[in-house]
Amino acid sequence: MAAVAEEKDAYRAGFERFAVAHAGSDPAWLRERRTAAIARFVEKGLPTARDEAWRHTPVAPLARGRFEPADPAARPAAGGLATLPHDGRGARLVFVNGRLSREHSALDPGEAGVVVASLRDLLQEAPGRLEPWLGRVADGRTGVFSDLNAAFAEDGAVVLVAPGTVVTEPILVAHVAAGDGAPAVSYVRTLVVAGRGSECRLVETFASPDGRASLSNAVTEVVVEDNARVDHYKLQEEGREALHVATLAARLSRDARFSDHSIALGAALSRSDIDVRFDAEGGDCVLNGLFVLDGRRVADTHSRIDHAKPHCSSRQLYKGIVDDQARGVFNGLVVVRPGAQKTDAVQTNRNLLLSREALVHSTPQLEILADDVKCKHGSTTGQLDPVALFYLRSRGIGEAAARSLLTWAFASDLVRRMEIAPLRRRVEQYLQVHLPGVADLAEAMP
Amino acid sequence: MLEIKNLHAKAGENDILRGLDLAVRAGEVHAIMGPNGSGKSTLAHVLAGRPGYTVTDGEVTYKGRDLLALAPEERAREGVFLAFQYPVEIPGVSNVYFLKAATNAIRKHRGLPELDALEFLALVKEKAKVVDLDEDLVKRAVNEGFSGGEKKRNEIFQMAVLEPSLAILDETDSGLDIDALRIVAGGVNRLRGPERAMIVVTHYQRLLNYIVPDFVHVLVDGRIVRSGGKEMALELEEKGYSWLEKEPAAAGAAGR
Repeated sequence: MAAVAEEKDAYRAGFERFAVAHAGSDPAWLRERRTAAIARFVEKGLPTARDEAWRHTPVAPLARGRFEPADPAARPAAGGLATLPHDGRGARLVFVNGRLSREHSALDPGEAGVVVASLRDLLQEAPGRLEPWLGRVADGRTGVFSDLNAAFAEDGAVVLVAPGTVVTEPILVAHVAAGDGAPAVSYVRTLVVAGRGSECRLVETFASPDGRASLSNAVTEVVVEDNARVDHYKLQEEGREALHVATLAARLSRDARFSDHSIALGAALSRSDIDVRFDAEGGDCVLNGLFVLDGRRVADTHSRIDHAKPHCSSRQLYKGIVDDQARGVFNGLVVVRPGAQKTDAVQTNRNLLLSREALVHSTPQLEILADDVKCKHGSTTGQLDPVALFYLRSRGIGEAAARSLLTWAFASDLVRRMEIAPLRRRVEQYLQVHLPGVADLAEAMP
Repeated sequence: MLEIKNLHAKAGENDILRGLDLAVRAGEVHAIMGPNGSGKSTLAHVLAGRPGYTVTDGEVTYKGRDLLALAPEERAREGVFLAFQYPVEIPGVSNVYFLKAATNAIRKHRGLPELDALEFLALVKEKAKVVDLDEDLVKRAVNEGFSGGEKKRNEIFQMAVLEPSLAILDETDSGLDIDALRIVAGGVNRLRGPERAMIVVTHYQRLLNYIVPDFVHVLVDGRIVRSGGKEMALELEEKGYSWLEKEPAAAGAAGR
């Protein structure tokens, strides 16, 4: 506990220095929000193993390590940007160690009615456009790492879609860690506001090299106004020693549609907190997630879908493929508030264990406080079906290829649901490399 | 082609086969009949190499090789095919892809060039006709959402594509209505040939009206107790199996 208290003091002292340095540049409302956030953090402190929300996840590396702010001038390794899932169309924002890299970015979306900017630029040029939203969606409820992000984040992507605008090309927001040496932390904050009747798609990727203990602390806030639609995709491919904590918070207005497709392939430890709230009737939310873990990686998703209003629907499908001594955690809470009648919620978690030592903690939870609702949840965790394995082998397919094929089949429905081709191909490539003996997985899909 | 001598095998912990002898030559069709629990399906599974079955004694020689020493996929590549009693649904894997992977694994093993997508599709089109299988089913996930009859037709379709030397049909007729049975049996008959042997495991004599065997064997308590020609199936249909269950095992190797 002494170490934790020390860490808390270090963060507080760090914030005091940060506040002095930003006294002139941040608008007053933002300074207030940063101060409130650090106060929430100081009050709660870093999580410990005794925190219910961290019971199955080794929190020590996050709480123990000393992370200096990452050098915003560092350059990404050659080739580090080569694999970005982007086909050259649409806006692209590349953040290196949490700071926009202009040379790698293409801010002009080539379409009218949408602003794509860095948070840092917009805070200088038009802070009034951020004031209604920034830090108001991911509020104090989303956890201490979200508080730390609110206190320290200086940059990130901002996408503001004007009412009625349909942004045709997906917007890519790539976060890349670079440099070497001491463990370093990057804070990034992304804000998407989709005006009434608008549509946009956002792809966020996170990558860092192996062999470096970096920490990414990312918060994404999404506001979906009446009858608007936002599809959010996330690909986490951080390095083998990297730590990744992320918060996704979305607020849905009347008849709003929101989807999130989250793929976690990397990091030593990744933690994802998802918080979706229906603020009006008629909303629709889809949360899809896939984690593929090997070695001793840990991936943890905690989601909360808050059916605060009637006539909303949510569909959640999370799958985990866990090999070696890796560990997955899924904790999904669906809350149906009093009066949220006609709620339609389905939550499914399925996990595939590829080794004896692999482990998944799955906790689906429904908290239903209305009486006229349709809610369903289910969770399964198991190994490859031995009968299916024999069936494939009995036709001449080798054991390794048969295992790969069945593993691929397990993941494929989630991969197929990703409607952004370059991103889908990226995930397919990863699976091809990690599943031996299957030459062309895409062809295997019915 | 296949010689089984004194085969003893367990399914899990239970002794099922207790000294089974059988010899099958190229071009022959052998029917294996017998009451429930006599070991018919165990025999089929042991020959295909299904995990969970342990051979405790005896030997199986296939084309002069020790079949039991081969992994299931090696047996398939050497030409052994098992049509499953309960074909497995594999969501997420297309029938066509799965079968192309299997075909090319077998061709590679035999030193033949692999088929490309176009060549394979042409083959599929031709073979789907053998059992009147809808092309839509061919493209769907393996057996997913197939009716019972469609699953069995898919088994015979796979057999037609893979062209095995030794086909083992495990209760391929079970649960089929007469129309489906005719289609399945018709497919099997088209695949009969001088180079191919078949072992047809069935509970019902009815199938043998459509697939006429060269030999019929009765399996009771893990041993072949009686062997004969196709007319024996009718006798069994009439009298049942109970009168045979008391008889000692037929002397010598059956099916000669």
